[in-house]
Amino acid sequence: MLRSRHTLPLIVITLVVSALTVAGIMLIEWTPERASVQADRYWVLLLFLVAASALIFVIVTAVLIYSVIAFRAKKGDESDGPPNHGNTALEITWTVLPTILLAAMGVWASIVLIQNDRRDADRETIEVTSQQFAWSFTWRDGVRTPFETGDLYLPLGRQVELKMRSTDVIHSLYVPEFRLKQDVVPGLTTTMLVNANKVGTYPIICAELCGVGHGTMRARAIVMEEDDYQQFLADSQREVRTQDGSTPATASAATP
Amino acid sequence: MATFAPTHQEPHHHHHEVDKRPLSYWWTRAFVGTIVGIAVGFFIPWFFRFVFGMEPLWVPELYYTVILSTATLGFLAGIGCFDYWMKYILGHRVSYEDHSMHGAYSWRDYFKVNTDHKVIGIQYMVTVFFFFIVGGVFAELVRAELSTPGQQLVDGEDYNGLFSSHATVMIFLFVIPAFAGLANYILPIMIGAKDMAFPRLNALSFWMLIPGGLLLAASPIVGSYSAGWTAYTPLAVQGSTGQTMFEVAVQIVGTSSIMAAINFMVTIFTMRAPGMTVWRMPLLVWANATTSALVIFGTPFIAGSQFMTLFDRIMNTQFFNPVGGGDVIMYQHVFWFYSHPAVYIMMLPGFGIISEILATFSRKPVFGYRALAFSTVAIAILGFGVWAHHMFVSGMASWLRIPMMLTTIVIAIPTGVKVFSWLGTIWDGKLHLKTPMLWALGFIFTFVIGGLSGVYLATVPIDIALTDTYFVVAHIHYVFFGGSVFTIFAGVYYWFPKMTGRMYNETWGQVHFWLTFVGMNVTFFPMHWLGFQGMPRRVADYDERFAAMNEFITMSTALMVVGTLIFFANMAYSWAKGPKAPWNPWRGRTLEWLVSSPPSTFNFEATPQVVGGPYQYGIEGARHAVVFAPEEIGGGELTETERRTILVVASETVSSSTLLDEIRRKSKEGPWRFTFAVPAKGRDHRSAERRLQVALAVLAEAGVDANGSVVDGGPIEAIEKVVEEEPVQEVMLATYPSGQSGWMENDMLDRARKATGLGITRVVVRRDDAVAPAPGSGVVALGVVANDALGTDGLGAAIRNRADQQPLGVTLICPLNLTGPGWTDDASKVRDEAVDRAQRTIGDLVDAGVPAQGEVIDGDEAAAARVAVTAYGAERVILFTLRGEGGEATVEAVRAAIAPVEVEHVVVDAAAPAGS
Ligand code: HEM
Ligand SMILES: [Cu+2]
Ligand SMILES: [Cu+2]
Repeated sequence: MLRSRHTLPLIVITLVVSALTVAGIMLIEWTPERASVQADRYWVLLLFLVAASALIFVIVTAVLIYSVIAFRAKKGDESDGPPNHGNTALEITWTVLPTILLAAMGVWASIVLIQNDRRDADRETIEVTSQQFAWSFTWRDGVRTPFETGDLYLPLGRQVELKMRSTDVIHSLYVPEFRLKQDVVPGLTTTMLVNANKVGTYPIICAELCGVGHGTMRARAIVMEEDDYQQFLADSQREVRTQDGSTPATASAATP
Repeated sequence: MATFAPTHQEPHHHHHEVDKRPLSYWWTRAFVGTIVGIAVGFFIPWFFRFVFGMEPLWVPELYYTVILSTATLGFLAGIGCFDYWMKYILGHRVSYEDHSMHGAYSWRDYFKVNTDHKVIGIQYMVTVFFFFIVGGVFAELVRAELSTPGQQLVDGEDYNGLFSSHATVMIFLFVIPAFAGLANYILPIMIGAKDMAFPRLNALSFWMLIPGGLLLAASPIVGSYSAGWTAYTPLAVQGSTGQTMFEVAVQIVGTSSIMAAINFMVTIFTMRAPGMTVWRMPLLVWANATTSALVIFGTPFIAGSQFMTLFDRIMNTQFFNPVGGGDVIMYQHVFWFYSHPAVYIMMLPGFGIISEILATFSRKPVFGYRALAFSTVAIAILGFGVWAHHMFVSGMASWLRIPMMLTTIVIAIPTGVKVFSWLGTIWDGKLHLKTPMLWALGFIFTFVIGGLSGVYLATVPIDIALTDTYFVVAHIHYVFFGGSVFTIFAGVYYWFPKMTGRMYNETWGQVHFWLTFVGMNVTFFPMHWLGFQGMPRRVADYDERFAAMNEFITMSTALMVVGTLIFFANMAYSWAKGPKAPWNPWRGRTLEWLVSSPPSTFNFEATPQVVGGPYQYGIEGARHAVVFAPEEIGGGELTETERRTILVVASETVSSSTLLDEIRRKSKEGPWRFTFAVPAKGRDHRSAERRLQVALAVLAEAGVDANGSVVDGGPIEAIEKVVEEEPVQEVMLATYPSGQSGWMENDMLDRARKATGLGITRVVVRRDDAVAPAPGSGVVALGVVANDALGTDGLGAAIRNRADQQPLGVTLICPLNLTGPGWTDDASKVRDEAVDRAQRTIGDLVDAGVPAQGEVIDGDEAAAARVAVTAYGAERVILFTLRGEGGEATVEAVRAAIAPVEVEHVVVDAAAPAGS
């Protein structure tokens, strides 16, 4: 096999395809910034997946390109190729190798999933309500005066549990920088756990088709230092109380 | 597993009555049927609401639902889908072999109900490509809106309608029925059947697509369904009339799909030709059997999901309404329980097509045939256990995520096995990069990308980020466009010669491929990036930072648009004017390449016998199937792949019209060349030569490729001599009927079979037919007028001489020239003598290899010449007279009688005394 006339040219083509693939992976900024622990876990898993899939892609593409070049029939050549019906060893190899890669990925992904599902004791619980076509966020647990905003505020480094309900159709809360997404379903309370780890303002996007205004159903996720966050909680509650506790504070009024 | 002979055990020729009613009749009926359907559909809900005093009387969506259903039934009844069954139900006499609606004899037959699987296949293909254009226009509108951020062209609702219609039309009206259409045409032939198991059901499956398709494609007119092709509740429950049309139409096309699948299943299980064991089935057959199972088990689930949504909408049931105790997530479970298998419904037949094409154009057996077959079945079974991978973020029971991830990963394994097996197939082959092959190779590249992105999506933590973003759009299009659509194009190009009888234009086919391949990749690959970056799917408006990329994508689609236009132009032009296709342009091995292009009405003149695997390229002498001749013409093997030359062995019968007709018929069925071997001994040589010339002249005139020679010796020597010199694939032996044939008494059939190892077709020729002049314009019909000159050496020599220069068919007319009454003893003596002479002369001519016939008439030479010309079509006349009898006046009379036919006058010496 190694001394076959195909080896050298095939290696060359494989190298070329690999170079192009790796360049495509490295030179392009594929993903936006990461702002959560979940996003970091996603990232390592993704690297593994990219490596594994690049490997498969390179092998297939190189063999394909080489075959087209090397095995093209000469003009007027009407003969047949060798009657090669299969090769059990080869077939077992190419079944088992991907199986190993995939199994590794499956185990790893399951671990990540279980880690992501773990609830921290000191987590902050925020209620999310979606309706066509707006988000609202309500703080009720752990605050003296419940209040509601149009943007989501999260403390840096502490887990937030979003308890989400929908009043009409299905929506989906999606923050690309957190690499997290969860449908919000009428009749159900769904939850999302996020450990934000980077201060900043990130888009909240509705990711489930919910009607005419689906494309514009946006809000912001604002990650702040714990101190700022406590300040925000205090300000928001005070605001509600000054307004007689009846009308919730608007998002802009609550911005620190 | 046992195999069975095709159920159509009708003899050789199906003589069938063709229904004569014109198109206008059927379409008037269809129109009336639709109107009646609408009226009935209006009446039913009105009546019940009125009788039961329900308020309000007018509930639009309810009425629309019933009206659309009954109008569809009315249309189907009107166009004639139920005619036969109704007759049967009403107790009229029906014939199971009623083929009156079978086969196409003009373009009109494509516009009415037809039971021929080939006609239906073409009806399907033309229809689905019409919907391909509709779906493509929707896609371009979507891209136009997306070319810049913000909303310009359409409002949110219309935009939602556009992408919903695009996806629905492409899935339900293009990809799924396109595979049904291709398989309809090809699959029965591939398994050696004369049609599908249920031809009338087949027609109904097709015709349901018309109303169903129109509802799905035309709903934007009344306000499209806009909840996506997935139609998630509760959004779908909110939808407008378009949503009602969607729900009804999905039932209709779903039913069509199920019926087609049952038909394929039964056809494959029961109608395979003898010898077609499961391990000899081409992979396309495997793929379709498996797909049919998926359709039969899966489609009821989407039907159920849409019924429940529909009932929620019009009957106030609360299946999916949490307020009424319903469950929103349940919809998704039911929907995906069909729709994940559905993605394989849209892929497995494509896998089959690719396997066929790769083997043929690599000139190699499919690598790992069994692995490919097993992986197809494995994918289908596993496919029912992965549905919830579409629901990782849906809020379903969270424990389901890991199992569903694992099953999805498992399903990627057989998918990978397929890709590697295809690579194994092309490896070390002799690749012919024709258009179908380009699509197949392009498919491998794009499908691998689609499969790999599928693994990303199967990995739950990754999917949580990527689901409902453009990454999924990229995945879908790599598997649907780079997968299903590429395979459909591959299949259309591959079987175009078979289906239309004409070749497509290779250059434009390749241009189409490259434009689409490049266009597809530059359009859809960047969508992975958009998805990673977080651009959600199904939005008209998006973040500024995606603007440049989206504009680029929209521009890239132009390549595919141009490619598609070229495709349609190529198909239309080639279908009308392309060069005639041979039987087997690709030198394929499966059965569809053993029949003519396009195949005859019932595909096979006789039941084929499958004797080996379908892809035995490179194996000397291996064959997939042989086709036997029907009993009437002696049985025996008729054709085999790549067989080109038929050796025709005949001596006295060589110029008989029976044999020549058979050869002409045969040559229409394929690229046959005929080599004659006419055995002759010694003195017979010249005669044999003349007969052969006649036969060759007739065939040349008919455009049949024929040549041959007279071989000294017996028939076996003749066969052996030819077989030594050139490859012969089949032998045709022409003999007199058993009992009158010396050859048959000598077991010539068996001896020839042993001598050649080839199949022998026997053509039986009656004696009188063998000697009669062959009809056909390659042979000059020569009238011979002679009386006393009959029987002279001079006459015989003169005719033989002319026959040597040019193939002749002789008609000899002997004028009696009686002067007295014709009933006297003298007169009859003269007549008897003349008849005797004429017969002997004819006999001599026939022995000399000149076909001849004739008669004796009362009357003079001029009258005789007239008979020769008018009754026997003589093109030239020779008048023979004896030396010394003058005859100048006779010649003039003859010339005058038949001018402008050329008359030659030949003077011969009197015969030697009788008895010689
Ligand atoms: C290795 C093979 C494949 C794997 C592992 C795979 C996996 C997946 C997964 C996990 C999803 C869900 C994505 C999401 O919505 O978050 C998905 C979506 C989809 N896949 Fe695949 N897939 C594979 C092959 C195919 C094939 C062959 C087809 C069709 C020909 C296909 C068609 C689709 C479609 C249409 C969707 C999106 C449905 C929608 O939400 O509208 N996939 N695939
Ligand atoms: Cu939305
Ligand atoms: Cu799926």
